[in-house]
Amino acid sequence: MKGIPVSTTVNGDDVEFVCDGRETLLDVLRNHLGLIGAKEGCGTGDCGACSVMLDGQLVCSCLVLGAEAEGREIETVEGMADGEKLHPLQQRFLEHAALQCGICTPGFLIAAKALLDHNSSPSESEIRYALAGNLCRCTGYDKIVRAVRAAAGDVRRQQKARARRKAAAQN
Amino acid sequence: MRYEAPTSTREAIALMSGAKGDAYLLAGGTDLLVRMRGEFIDPDLVVDIKRLPGIQEIRKTARGFSIGAGVPCAALGRHKPLLRAWPGVVEAAQLIGSDQIQGRCTIAGNLCNASPAADSVPALVAATAKAVIVGPGGRRRLAVEKIITGPGATSLGKGDIVSAIELPNRPPKSGDAYLRFIPRTEMDIAVCSAGVSLTLGPRNVVKQARVALGAVAPTVVLVPKAARAIVGTRLEDDALQRLAAACEAACSPIDDKRGTVEFRTEVAGVLARRAAVIAYERARKKR
Repeated sequence: MKGIPVSTTVNGDDVEFVCDGRETLLDVLRNHLGLIGAKEGCGTGDCGACSVMLDGQLVCSCLVLGAEAEGREIETVEGMADGEKLHPLQQRFLEHAALQCGICTPGFLIAAKALLDHNSSPSESEIRYALAGNLCRCTGYDKIVRAVRAAAGDVRRQQKARARRKAAAQN
Repeated sequence: MRYEAPTSTREAIALMSGAKGDAYLLAGGTDLLVRMRGEFIDPDLVVDIKRLPGIQEIRKTARGFSIGAGVPCAALGRHKPLLRAWPGVVEAAQLIGSDQIQGRCTIAGNLCNASPAADSVPALVAATAKAVIVGPGGRRRLAVEKIITGPGATSLGKGDIVSAIELPNRPPKSGDAYLRFIPRTEMDIAVCSAGVSLTLGPRNVVKQARVALGAVAPTVVLVPKAARAIVGTRLEDDALQRLAAACEAACSPIDDKRGTVEFRTEVAGVLARRAAVIAYERARKKR
């Protein structure tokens, strides 16, 4: 079978791979690129465990062909932390025990980040709608929602601190 | 399986019309990939249309709006002029799936997948939307209700590609709305649904109306009798009752665990009534 050569960007790094036409982006991430954060829960776009960002848009990587990634920008959970420093969402998920088995967690983190990136003051209802495409079968959702609310506060504080630094630099 | 992502429409048509074996178009992939992975289909060729020129754009034209076949539903809600002109179409499109699905799914795909329960289609039919079709025979426009011929079946020929969905400009005092019934608040498929579009004349009397129902027949149904029931009225109770009765009469739904024939029929009438009231209020508040 003839492979399809693909050049793309994953978490800011240039990446090249060869895939079969049928392989999904999730297959490629896990089996070719060793990025096993995204998980296959259902394979039909219902559970969100495979959530990644594709050109800034939240998607299920099980419903994207690997070949479609040509020239695109992909962000996965592996790119969320800044070196050793966890993203506020990752930190708050730990503190709030918003996970048990962890299979759904990378998807929740990516979907929650997609929400906080454009709305850092979401209501509980907005959080629940934004995470409606992610299923968790262990914890129930309350701890996850609480973790996201706490992380939203951290993100707002970071934004304020950045704004203050910027204002100070201009003065 | 061969994967192609042509960058010209001519190339895409040639690939599809010259294909030996099973060829499928890929837009958002939220139906196609599920069917591939579930082994319901076994494509020999998949043609990804998302790199065709203009396919990812919403354009304002002299006639109205042209929504490229690759535009994800999430983008419809971010397009303020479209949202102002056609709030019902946008809310219908945005009911489909989660945020993850919204980032990929398209109204052209929702149409061509030809599910009787497709959420965007009743709203599009009520809105007199047209599909722009490019194919071996050239380019043509077809009312969206002429595309779907049965569950999963369309009138499109080999090599035909729906490249855009067009919505007309709105006369003043126009509004539309879409409602569906699902047993939960999110992430489900319509048990039945209704789309209503209307335009008001002097003294806020309904001048024109279109009513379409989803998931109550093998295809989405346009119900001219329901529209006639409210034209010339200000949606007084008796007019709404006639509208609901006409909708009920147009239903021939299936009976399954998600909804009985009686339930779907009655609720279709209720949803049409409520959608008409929302569309009317939206129209009334417009200048």
